[in-house]
Amino acid sequence: MILPMYDNGLLSGLLAGFLFGYVLEGAGFGSPRKLTGQFFLRDWSVFKIMFTAVIVAAFGLWLFEVLGWLPPRAVFVPSLLVYGTFLGGALIGFGFILGGYCPGTSAVGFASGRLDALVFMIGMVIGSSLFAAVFDDIRGLALAAVEPRGLTLPQLLDVPAILVIAGLAGIAFAGWKLGTLVERRLGGPYGAEEVLESVDGPRGEDLQPLGRGSVQPAE
Amino acid sequence: MKAPPRPFWPPLAAGTALGLVLLLTFLISGHGLGASGFFTRLAAWTSGLLMPDWATANSYFGPFLAGNPLASWISWEIVGVILGGLAGALASGRFRAGIEHGPRIGGGARLAWALLGGVLVGFGARLAQGCTSGIGLSGSATLAVAGFVFLAGFFGAGFLGSMFARRLWQ
Repeated sequence: MILPMYDNGLLSGLLAGFLFGYVLEGAGFGSPRKLTGQFFLRDWSVFKIMFTAVIVAAFGLWLFEVLGWLPPRAVFVPSLLVYGTFLGGALIGFGFILGGYCPGTSAVGFASGRLDALVFMIGMVIGSSLFAAVFDDIRGLALAAVEPRGLTLPQLLDVPAILVIAGLAGIAFAGWKLGTLVERRLGGPYGAEEVLESVDGPRGEDLQPLGRGSVQPAE
Repeated sequence: MKAPPRPFWPPLAAGTALGLVLLLTFLISGHGLGASGFFTRLAAWTSGLLMPDWATANSYFGPFLAGNPLASWISWEIVGVILGGLAGALASGRFRAGIEHGPRIGGGARLAWALLGGVLVGFGARLAQGCTSGIGLSGSATLAVAGFVFLAGFFGAGFLGSMFARRLWQ
């Protein structure tokens, strides 16, 4: 078997997608309240899970290369765009805090029964079409890329990949500790039960000004 | 009475599992996980259906419509994501049909914000040539500078936006 297999068939897609969706759902990433909780610092799961996944996968790719099981630069590395990468990322961050999802998590939200995820997906189809409609006017700016294509941090910083991975692990560890401290102080992270209660809403909440939370025993 | 849902996975377990799935995807396909590419293809397909003349002449959608825009690995992957998410939600008692919203807004307002957010994300993903999965997660795993620049924009704008969007969620 030669790696990577470059198998882009139906079964390859279904398998990768099924595992991806199953894990994202288990992580709680089908819930827009949990996802957006990151930006209110009440739930650091997005930071923790994303960073852990990046480090695990980056370390695995590095290990496979070192062992000679994977040729160098055999997998796709996205190119840095002069404007598009940062501006696009910012638009997605802004749309995420308003809409509650990013593209992948909206598919998981939809699979978990969320109607708002379906509406979000319709919005994405509209947004992609708007981009296509103005593409000719912004083509030069949109496609401008930094050379060399597929630039990596080890290339840019001129350090071995494993050092970059170790540095990322250090940042992740510090951020993880800080996040756990902050999210607990703010009443997070969101659990499954709490999230499900906000599907279709605790409507009666505003009718009960003396509801739970207003009178609590001292800790 | 409904049985209570099972708790979400601990973040370390979920992150490690996600990393292993991503690594497996690199090894079998040669690239990482994605999502927005499917919605681009869905948009091209929808435009081809609703406005065929405009869509085939459009310089962005036209090339997709030379064949069937949906016949692609990323489409099978998203079908898989939905099946995997559904299996996980059903098996854990976390499937719940409805609109998920913060305590201070109603379902109608939530849907309007979801639509607007989706429009911004759809446009942004074309600008970045990928999304949180394709560039942020998969790109960063290859240590691509693009991945980290994307995440800086994503987290920066998310925190900035949260100052105005608190009422929607908290």
